[in-house]
Amino acid sequence: MVAWNKLKITVHTTKTENYLYTNSFDIEGGNFSKAGTIATGIKSILKELGLPNDVVRKSAIVCYEAEINVVSYARKGFINLTVTPKTVQIEITDEGPGIPDIELAMEQGYSTANQQIREMGFGAGMGLYNINCYSDKFDISSEVNKGTFLKIIINTPQCI
Amino acid sequence: MDIETIAKKLNLEVRSASDRLKNNVTGGYTGDLLSDVMANSHEGDIWITRQVHQNIVAVATLKEHAGIILVNSCEPARDTLEKAIQEKIPIMVSNLPAFELTGAIYNLLGKKD
Ligand SMILES: Nc1ncnc2c1ncn2[C@@H]1O[C@H](COP(=O)(O)OP(=O)(O)OP(=O)(O)O)[C@@H](O)[C@H]1O
Ligand SMILES: [Mg+2]
Repeated sequence: MVAWNKLKITVHTTKTENYLYTNSFDIEGGNFSKAGTIATGIKSILKELGLPNDVVRKSAIVCYEAEINVVSYARKGFINLTVTPKTVQIEITDEGPGIPDIELAMEQGYSTANQQIREMGFGAGMGLYNINCYSDKFDISSEVNKGTFLKIIINTPQCI
Repeated sequence: MDIETIAKKLNLEVRSASDRLKNNVTGGYTGDLLSDVMANSHEGDIWITRQVHQNIVAVATLKEHAGIILVNSCEPARDTLEKAIQEKIPIMVSNLPAFELTGAIYNLLGKKD
């Protein structure tokens, strides 16, 4: 992982599109003492890139909810962050139990969080719902006993 | 209005980041469900909750809250305090229940500084 204060921001060119920043961050399943640190780091990166407040705010909410879900339900996972001049792309991949009924899991209020997780203030069944609300494009796929994959795109108004 | 003024007026006990009491409070949010607070609170809010677990510090840091007030004399857990000191998030304790504390702060913020 990169130390946040050592980041250098340069524009790279791939075959498909210019990107301003791309990196990958590991998430440890079950470790609630670190939960939220990836989202906090990503927020600082996006701020440093000079993205509009609204984009930073939405990205932070999305990353936080996805990170907490990996910590709460999966064994391990990672977040890929790619910032282009037009979008913030966030992909979260995990190894874990997967989600048997995605439509149900997306419903506000549906949660399988256990007592321990609920005692910490999680388990309102709002995470995936919030991710959907705050993203411009949201894809989710999952395989039971394998893992879950989320792809989120947040559009940046043309001003950077 | 800064945190110090609110803390004095409402007899809050400061448990961490006492050097950050000049943080400006621009609003408030009351809630114990972290996803709700994540989605609906704002930067500069004072967050009123009865959650004492360390994850409140991550939420307050990410949302850039002015500080956290624990209600009903709930004390922060030890690792919550350690994190709050590290992240410079003021945590305060009130003996009031959430409803009364929220009302009191709402009234304070409604007035001019
Ligand atoms: N990465 C994941 N792996 C396995 N199951 C998941 C994953 N993410 C979500 N789920 C399932 O979907 C349900 C709904 O998730 P969601 O994030 O919306 O709510 P929650 O985590 O239960 O509560 P909240 O996010 O409000 O704290 C979870 O309770 C869980 O059963
Ligand atoms: Mg969740």
